Amino acid sequence: MLFTSYGFLGFLAVLFLLYYIIPRKCQWGLLLGAGYLFYFLAGAEYVPYLLVTTVTIWFAAYRIEDNADRQAAYLKEHRAELSKEEKKAYKDRQKKVRLGWILGGILLNIGILAVLKYTNFAIANINGLLGAFGQTGRLSFLTLALPLGISFYTFQAVGYLIDVYRGTVRAQRNPFRFALFVSFFPQLVQGPISRFGDLAESLYGEHRFDGKTVSFGLQRILWGYFKKMVIADRMLVGVNAIIGDTDAYHGAYVLVGMFFYALELYADFTGGIDITIGIAQTLGITLQENFQRPFFSKSLKEYWRRWHISMGTWFRDYIFYPISVCKFMQKFNKFSRRHFGEKVGKRLPVYLSSFVVWFATGIWHGASWNFIAWGLGNWAVLMVSETLEPLYARFHQRFGAGGRGYAAFEVARTFLLVSMLRTFDCYRSVPVTFRMFGSLFTARNWNILWDGSLLCLGLTALDYGILAVGTFVLVSVSLIQRKGSVRERIAAKPYPLRFALWYGLFLAVLLAGAYGIGYDASQFIYNQF
Amino acid sequence: MEKNMKTKKCIKISVSAAIVLVTLFLLQRLLVPKYVDDVVEGAFIAEYYEEEKDHNVIFIGDCEVYENFSPAVLWQEYGINSYIRGSAQQYIWQSYYLLEDTLRYETPEVAVFNVLSLQYDQSQREAYNRMTLEGMEWSLPKIKAILASMREEENFLDYVFPILRYHSRWSELTEADIEYMFDKKPVSHNGYYMRVDVKAARDVPEGRILGDYQFGENAWKYLDKITALCEEKGIELILIKAPSLYPYWYPEWEAQVEEYAAAHNLRYINFLELQEDTGIDYSTDTYDGGLHMNLSGAEKLSRYLGKMLTEELKVPDRRDEAHLSALWEEKIAAYEAEKEEQYRYYGMK
Repeated sequence: MLFTSYGFLGFLAVLFLLYYIIPRKCQWGLLLGAGYLFYFLAGAEYVPYLLVTTVTIWFAAYRIEDNADRQAAYLKEHRAELSKEEKKAYKDRQKKVRLGWILGGILLNIGILAVLKYTNFAIANINGLLGAFGQTGRLSFLTLALPLGISFYTFQAVGYLIDVYRGTVRAQRNPFRFALFVSFFPQLVQGPISRFGDLAESLYGEHRFDGKTVSFGLQRILWGYFKKMVIADRMLVGVNAIIGDTDAYHGAYVLVGMFFYALELYADFTGGIDITIGIAQTLGITLQENFQRPFFSKSLKEYWRRWHISMGTWFRDYIFYPISVCKFMQKFNKFSRRHFGEKVGKRLPVYLSSFVVWFATGIWHGASWNFIAWGLGNWAVLMVSETLEPLYARFHQRFGAGGRGYAAFEVARTFLLVSMLRTFDCYRSVPVTFRMFGSLFTARNWNILWDGSLLCLGLTALDYGILAVGTFVLVSVSLIQRKGSVRERIAAKPYPLRFALWYGLFLAVLLAGAYGIGYDASQFIYNQF
Repeated sequence: MEKNMKTKKCIKISVSAAIVLVTLFLLQRLLVPKYVDDVVEGAFIAEYYEEEKDHNVIFIGDCEVYENFSPAVLWQEYGINSYIRGSAQQYIWQSYYLLEDTLRYETPEVAVFNVLSLQYDQSQREAYNRMTLEGMEWSLPKIKAILASMREEENFLDYVFPILRYHSRWSELTEADIEYMFDKKPVSHNGYYMRVDVKAARDVPEGRILGDYQFGENAWKYLDKITALCEEKGIELILIKAPSLYPYWYPEWEAQVEEYAAAHNLRYINFLELQEDTGIDYSTDTYDGGLHMNLSGAEKLSRYLGKMLTEELKVPDRRDEAHLSALWEEKIAAYEAEKEEQYRYYGMK
């Protein structure tokens, strides 16, 4: 059930009505049922995977917390009898038990994700190697189901398990309530990857109908549909034309495709998240923001703090930090400082930890080398920037760079960099991406930018007009957002103006939205990850 | 004070709702195709509802009825009051539901059904579905017709709110969309689509070899339903195959229809085999090389059928009914006027 389908809107309408009619203590139960119905409609065969993750993570977290509670009680009870060594030995034993549960939970669930998502990728690589070594035998590809949103709900559940292990949240004792945390349908397919500590209170709370909250939620949903259906899905036509025929569309087309894709991805993903957060808001539930105007970033580092925030912080908290402080890394730190000197040596462990994180980020987005290349491309740029930071600082000081003009240059540079890196994602093939980049300098077909060739990409002049206006609105809203909530500002305006604005947006989606026959119903890009 | 606030809020909501409803209604009227210029076939079905519904003969089927029979001739020469409920590539299930729809208003003595649509077991194109179904007034038969016709990519809601289907038509609007937003001129003559021009039938291609010549289960099911409905309502059902040379009418198809007609005691007229009796001349009576009859061909077929209806089925001559005659007088005037206009347009007079 696509977010952009009539069926989904009907599903939402019924849920919304029921949600505010039934006793408030039953609201979370209704959301659980709705989540499973949504998932069942996406594919009944996926439900067992969701159940396995839910049950195993819930049970592991329960046992971890139970063990920690028993340990605390035991130590309290036997405080006087046990020596310091005995206490330490006891604690170590219990920690091993908890470690067993957390490792079991993580390995099982990440294992399921890995098997379903990466087995065929591994087979393809093994076959490639066999071929390279002259072997004729080939492994057969497997037909594996890839449950909808598995990357998102697995990460969310594993994050919870780690939080319980770390003692930053209390485990949810009620398995059904925990099941809701994993299966809350608006965020099930494309995030944000919520933290239990942030979401639990709002998710399980009782919610009264509040006109303002509901209306803000609906406005956010509408804004999301505008981004997705008016901008992203229209842009998709041009992107598909360019990447679909690399022989015809090379050179300057690559540049056009690069910007089109960057904008499409932004409108698609942020639009999807707007819809997700908006739906949650109409139900009185607050989800964390996943974007903070990323295209206004002045560096790639800043961009990654502002783009897909929940994923970035997940990798930071659950991969980067643990790796950075693990025993191996501590040893490596000492080793590198000893052999490469303090200055270089202290950086090497950071490079290594970051490498792991960006490799994981890349492969999380898709089981293919282009995603890995994209992840490692980001890593390389980030590490180079970080290493050269003192040099930049000197340059800025020397030439007094820091004005608005320079800031605009930095924003444009970052946008260009991000768009370039995204072409790995766009072309879905590393050699093709490099070939296309090469053609930028060899094709010499810049005339396509003004001779009408762009009208042969499946987009009419009117489409370009809509895209231009849509992009202008998008940028304007982002600029206004820097000063605070746009919806709050609009809410403070006189009613006729408010009505005209929101109804105008509704009509824009209705009339200029790329939906229905003649347009392919396209999934949100991040549904596929 | 509080009451005042409530009243204000009430007015605000009512005015907003009215603005939304009115603008959406106007936009929908603007954006839906009007079918008055190039593709007029989409307008035929709706025109029936403007009629006084007291017909003795109802034709149902695809282009092989609405281009091949002229109700005006049936009236002028035999006093038969008839109407054609046909649309482009009208599928058999649509014909069935159109018959059901017709029976909500009137019960004719004779229903004439063209069998070419038996070749389709499921809808082929959304555009054809639209042309037939959009013109139907909302009723249970319309709902059933939509559900029976929808292709995978279609959505019921798009039929309920056509603006959802035609939302992007604003980029191709013409003056006609504004001119005919609320009212349209009739484009058919009791469902008949007139063409006076001539394009002789030459080099009609043979039918390509098919993998399976059996009509599909769904097609048979709806023919059974048409037969049963006519029987239940006491309507004489006549199956016909119009004399169109293409799409090719296979002997295997002919055999199946003959067998069905015999088994159900139905009249079946294959006009392809009656060239001499009807006087059809494929060098002068078709406007598109044998696919459809032109005015001359349609009038010849109508005369033949009218004679049969009068003599064999005793369909009454109603030319003595003053009210009906007056209605037909207007229709014949429009019919003759269009004839003249088309003759002028095609430089034939």
